[in-house]
Amino acid sequence: MEITVNGTPMQLPISVNSVLLLVEHMQLVGKRIAIERNGEIVPRSQFAAVALSAGDRLEIVGAVGGG
Amino acid sequence: MNDDLVIAGKSYASRLLVGTGKYQDFQQTRAAIDASGAEIVTVAIRRTNIGQDANSPSLLDVLPPSKYTYLPNTAGCYSAEDAVRTLRLARELLDDHRLVKLEVLGDPNTLYPNVIETIAAAKTLVKEGFDVMVYTSDDPIIAKQLEDIGCVAVMPLASLIGSGMGILNPWNLQIIIENAHIPVLVDAGVGCASDAAIAMELGCAGVLMNTAIAAARDPILMAGAMRKAIEAGRESYLAGRMAKKLYSASPSSPTQGMIA
Repeated sequence: MEITVNGTPMQLPISVNSVLLLVEHMQLVGKRIAIERNGEIVPRSQFAAVALSAGDRLEIVGAVGGG
Repeated sequence: MNDDLVIAGKSYASRLLVGTGKYQDFQQTRAAIDASGAEIVTVAIRRTNIGQDANSPSLLDVLPPSKYTYLPNTAGCYSAEDAVRTLRLARELLDDHRLVKLEVLGDPNTLYPNVIETIAAAKTLVKEGFDVMVYTSDDPIIAKQLEDIGCVAVMPLASLIGSGMGILNPWNLQIIIENAHIPVLVDAGVGCASDAAIAMELGCAGVLMNTAIAAARDPILMAGAMRKAIEAGRESYLAGRMAKKLYSASPSSPTQGMIA
C-alpha cells in the first residue's frame, strides 16, 4: 500500500494498516509527535483505531528549536 | 514586592521569553536558556525527519515541558489557515496545551507580519479555546483589535525579525501600551541588552527574543545580560524616571560649608 508521509511517498507492508502500526513501523514509538491524516488530527488515543488506506496523506510533526 | 508577569491567568517570575532556534546544539540551547532565566520558551512545529535515528535526542528531552512553559509558534506560516492548522497540531503534540504564539508572515524577505491573516487566525484560535499571544506590527489600531478579539497578549515588533535593529518606533509602542488592558511584549528586533532595557522602560510587560542571544559571539553571556537588562528596565520603569531638563540649578552636593 502506498501512502504519503510528510510529502514523501512511502510503500508500506500490507500488515501496516493502522496509524499505530505506522508509528511502530517508523520507529517513532515513545517520541513526542502529532499526526494529521488527510487534513484531520488523529488524537494519540485513536492511533490504534484509525485505519490507513492507500493514498492517505499523513503529516507527522514534532517540536523543534524556533523563535 | 510581587511583580510577576501574568499571562492567561498564570504567573511568571521572568519577563524574558526566549526562542530556542539558531543555537549550535542542544547543549548550548539549554545553557543559554538557563542563563536567561526564561520560563517561557518558543518552539516551532515541523515535520519529523523520516529515517532519523530513533535514539537521537529531541528538543523536548533537553527542555522538559515539566520545567519550561512551551510556546509553540507558527513561524513560517503565510496564511491564517496554515497557522491554525499548525497550532491544532501543537495542541495535540503538547497534550492539550493552550498557550500559543501566533505569527502570520507577509513577506519572506522582511518577515513582516500580515495583519489581515493574523486577525483571521486569531479569531478562529480564540474561538477554539487557545490562549493566543500574537505577534504583530506596531500599529496601535491592529493591536487593539487583536486585544478585542480575545488574545491574551499582544506582541508588536520593535524592528524586523532577526534584524537586531532595536526599538525603531518607541512612540507607537507607547501608544499600544497605554491603550492595552492585556500584556504588551516586544517580540523581534532586540539586538543587545540596552534595547531590552529600553523596551521595559517604555512599560512593556516583557520581551521575547531569540537571535539577539543565539547570534551573540557568546550566547550564554548575552543571555545573562538580557536577564539583567529586563530586570533593570522593569525596575527603572516601576521606579519612575526623573524629569528631563536641559540643565539644573540644583547641584547634588550642599552649597553650604564651602571652604572658600
